[in-house]
Amino acid sequence: MSRRLGWFLAGGLLLAVLLAGVVSGFASGSPDGLDATARHGCTTDAQGRITGGTCMARHEQDHQLAGSPLADYGIRGIGNGRLSTGLAGVLGVVVVFALSGGTFWLVRRRKPVS
Amino acid sequence: MLTAMNVVAMHIANGIVDARTSAAFAVVSLVALGFCVLRGRADLDDRLAPMAGLVAAFIFAVQMLNFQVLPGVSGHLLGGALAATLVGPWVGALCVATVLIVQCLLFADGGLTALGLNVFNMAVLGTAAGYLVVAGLLRLLPRTPGGVAATAFVASVAGVVVASQGFVIEYAMGGTTQLSLGTIAATMAGVHTLIGIGEGLIAATTVATVARVRPDLVYALRRFRTQPAAATPEAVTA
Repeated sequence: MSRRLGWFLAGGLLLAVLLAGVVSGFASGSPDGLDATARHGCTTDAQGRITGGTCMARHEQDHQLAGSPLADYGIRGIGNGRLSTGLAGVLGVVVVFALSGGTFWLVRRRKPVS
Repeated sequence: MLTAMNVVAMHIANGIVDARTSAAFAVVSLVALGFCVLRGRADLDDRLAPMAGLVAAFIFAVQMLNFQVLPGVSGHLLGGALAATLVGPWVGALCVATVLIVQCLLFADGGLTALGLNVFNMAVLGTAAGYLVVAGLLRLLPRTPGGVAATAFVASVAGVVVASQGFVIEYAMGGTTQLSLGTIAATMAGVHTLIGIGEGLIAATTVATVARVRPDLVYALRRFRTQPAAATPEAVTA
């Protein structure tokens, strides 16, 4: 890998870390397009749980890992919402980069000797 | 905090589509991703492999940034068209799939049972539709930062709307409630056109920036150039 590519990657990663770590705290809290459509027709409580009505998400179930310490992009035990989301976001960026970049690097096509 | 509690990505939760349909789409997605690994290896060289890691990390980050599209409704980038433009369709689909798998397993976002459905819609359908638009438009538009940005914009809108209709198909096959499919299809298409425009603006800005700084890192510009390359021969035989 050339040094120029290294600088490009470092810059890109820094941007991703800033987006996931800082800007994420200012993202919209409204349900997304799919969620809003799936809940259309149902009534929900303050926590967003469905209380009645007819909608696609009527029989929605909790995630199998809903109790995990990082569930819903937060770190359990950190009370500050933006900090918790931001740290979880940075962790996610690092994990995704390491996992995908590492795998792609391992299976890449080696340059033919010329 | 409200913001933290509601950071949710546009992923199908468990229990909206039944287990049998979910399992069927898990198999389809697995086969599709396997095919992407086989085809993607030809694209993965010393330059594209780390770039693809960055693209996946960037998509993960931007997926956290929900933007408002209607009162009470938000959306976020899915990333298929962006990934296809920057690293090609095969590796691009794998990038989006990696993001979805990490989101599901690490952050409990998008049901575990529904993972196959989500991978099919966003990684397979969204990337494929986005790339088809890229392949078509880049033959007409100039291969400049502006041209590739306009391409990424249109491809993003198409990719997001097609991905949203993937959900409609899955719901039609195994929805756990009986609701009007026509209404669902229209609602999903409408709201996802708006989300697609938001995604398109992000993707266009990103692609234009990369094309200005390092045009050699934009897969679509390498793949659809008119003049044959002088230094590196094209390895893709598509």
